[in-house]
Amino acid sequence: MQTSRTAAATAAAALAALALAACTDDGPDDGKTHITVTIDAGLEQDAIDAFNARVAQFEDANPDIDVETQEYTWTAGTFTAQLAGGTLPDVFVIPFTDGRGLIERGQIADIGDYTADLPYRDAFNPNIAAAGEDADGNMWAIPISAYGQGLHYNRTLFEAAGLDPDAPPTTWAEVQAAAKQISEATGEAGYAVMTNDNTGGWILTTVVNALGGRTEDGGTATIDTPQMRQALEQLQAMRWEDDSMGDTLQYDWAGINQDFASGRIGMYVSGGGNYGNLFTQNGLNPDDYGLTVLPLADSPDAGVLGGGTLAAVSPNAEPAEQEAAVAWIDFYYMEKLTDEAAAVADAEVKAETGQPVGAPELPVFDKATYDEQQGWIAEYVNVPVEQMAPYTSQVFDQPLLTEPVTATQEVYGVLDTVVQTILTDENADIDALLETAQAEAQAAMDAAA
Amino acid sequence: MTTTDTRPDTGSRTGPRTAARPGRPGSALARARGGLPTLVFLAPMLIVFGVFSWLPIGRAVVMSFQRTNLVTDPVFVGFANFQQVFADPLLWTAVQNTGYFALLALVFGYPVPLVAAILMSEVRRLRGLFSALAYLPVVVPPVVAVLLWKLFYDAGEDGVFNTVLAWFGLGPVAWLQDSGAVMPSLVLEATWAAAGGTVIIYLAALVGVDPSLYEAAEIDGAGVWRKLWHITLPQLRGVLLITFILQIIGTAQVFLEPFLFTDGGPANRTLTLLLLIYRYAFTNSLGGDYGAAAALSLMLAVVLAAFSMLYFRLTRSWSS
Repeated sequence: MQTSRTAAATAAAALAALALAACTDDGPDDGKTHITVTIDAGLEQDAIDAFNARVAQFEDANPDIDVETQEYTWTAGTFTAQLAGGTLPDVFVIPFTDGRGLIERGQIADIGDYTADLPYRDAFNPNIAAAGEDADGNMWAIPISAYGQGLHYNRTLFEAAGLDPDAPPTTWAEVQAAAKQISEATGEAGYAVMTNDNTGGWILTTVVNALGGRTEDGGTATIDTPQMRQALEQLQAMRWEDDSMGDTLQYDWAGINQDFASGRIGMYVSGGGNYGNLFTQNGLNPDDYGLTVLPLADSPDAGVLGGGTLAAVSPNAEPAEQEAAVAWIDFYYMEKLTDEAAAVADAEVKAETGQPVGAPELPVFDKATYDEQQGWIAEYVNVPVEQMAPYTSQVFDQPLLTEPVTATQEVYGVLDTVVQTILTDENADIDALLETAQAEAQAAMDAAA
Repeated sequence: MTTTDTRPDTGSRTGPRTAARPGRPGSALARARGGLPTLVFLAPMLIVFGVFSWLPIGRAVVMSFQRTNLVTDPVFVGFANFQQVFADPLLWTAVQNTGYFALLALVFGYPVPLVAAILMSEVRRLRGLFSALAYLPVVVPPVVAVLLWKLFYDAGEDGVFNTVLAWFGLGPVAWLQDSGAVMPSLVLEATWAAAGGTVIIYLAALVGVDPSLYEAAEIDGAGVWRKLWHITLPQLRGVLLITFILQIIGTAQVFLEPFLFTDGGPANRTLTLLLLIYRYAFTNSLGGDYGAAAALSLMLAVVLAAFSMLYFRLTRSWSS
């Protein structure tokens, strides 16, 4: 009996040791530099095949580098967890908003030595390059795309309400009137706003900027301003007087895209390059889609809030992996912006796999480079560019503003609460809300400083 | 209450009592029956608990005194994280909301499984079917359940609940968007989702009640309510006390419903303590304020542990 128990115990210990040994993986030791790169989650097989073909091209051109792919989609919560857990791919993308903070705290790799050697390093639009640079101007993260906020609208709902879809609103008063008309005629929400996951603050800041206001002045919160008051009063009127905001009053980015694509929203504000998500992830009918610029107030300070995407490298990457990662970013994200053959090849693959080509963006370099690149891919454009003309014909003339830099997400969170209160409490006191928000935003900025 | 020492008398009042116990002399582990094989068999469990439970708890305690984003080197900051948490006005909002959720769950959610179990125990036929139906929500993945209930709670006139209300000329109600209706709405779904497990526990306990007690009571002329009050509930009191404290601990840590239904809204009306911890950790411009998140987690754990100890001390005489 004692012998069999001892044998069983020995077997159990051996199994446990085996299980622990199975948990370790040092990776192949083949003399190559191994990197993992980001592939969008949820792609169709054709798109995955196309991505893998690009990986194979890169590996052929760089035989010392081995590339593995990892599905990745940036969201505020999952990104922070992956960053802390060390499970990000070596190359990943982040929004402009996060660039400066991650760089200041050393949470992404310093690839400044490698980006300095890129031939187009000095060609970036300085305002856009700043999102990925440290205080000394070293580029830690590479801007791969940029956008300006726009007003998305449903042409079908416009027509149903007797509005001209080729003449979208050009003032905020017209936005309010059109929303009321759509709501009364169709029963759908004439206008909707995001409210959750800090997007409520993001969109409110966008509108305040368009009215000529700011929410920050060099580390000082400037929440309680006439422009903020105007934005909130209009929102309050649309919700409680016009009843033009529908039944659903809580949206995050994904949720509002979904409802817009399904024809439940007449207008909403979001990034001008949103068409890709609306079409590929939410089944938008292209015929419904319209895009115009944000109405700007008659003020020298009025501008359109911009944003964009940075490609960054994991802080866990070794120097050789960092160098290989920058080579991948250059190959996959940047060549199609600067090289005709790469641009055409990329557009061709996208067009063949049914992905949108030609959705409006803002140039990360200068306007001439952007126009040249658009010319290369013109024959592959498959998005309804005519329906986006009210945006593309004017957005380059609008002053582009960057997002607030101090405690951005916290302040957006504070403003989320303000927007939600306005939309759910008919007796919301704007004075009291702004007084509280001003104090909370300042406290968040002080803590961040 | 008294305790009785059942250990064997060694026959000596002065010698070491351990000398007469079975097993080898020496350490406590060596004295244990089974010796090394037992330890080896325990090892996987100890390793799993140690690595995945105790070690993270220990690290969280250390982290609560650090400023860390888990990427760069941590810095010890003393009690600064605790001060930061106490200075956060949202803490008291979260405490109030969590307390409100717990209260509603206690008043409305706690009796539901008990009533259901008692009714089901009286059913002679199809008891298995009723048990399965009661337990079904527990096996529905929580995220799926919340998505399903979001359809029920649709604020439009064509929402499921609003359609039902319209039959009686009521509504529509903006269930998840109305500051007054939102918390009861979350409690309703949470009760639906969790009651099945407790029902099964109560049913198992009811099986253990001696039938002769009911027979004796019936002979004495007791009705349904007297049997319930004087036999069923007293016989279940041990289980009831345990499910009560489990409910308090569970509701104090409510996260899923406010996270998935409302993200703490509208206007922080459903911001709970765990959601606040989540926000500290994952949705701020510091790239993860894990120190503050750990500090609030530790405070919550200490309060719940203290409450549990107090509860068991106060109810010791009832449960015996």
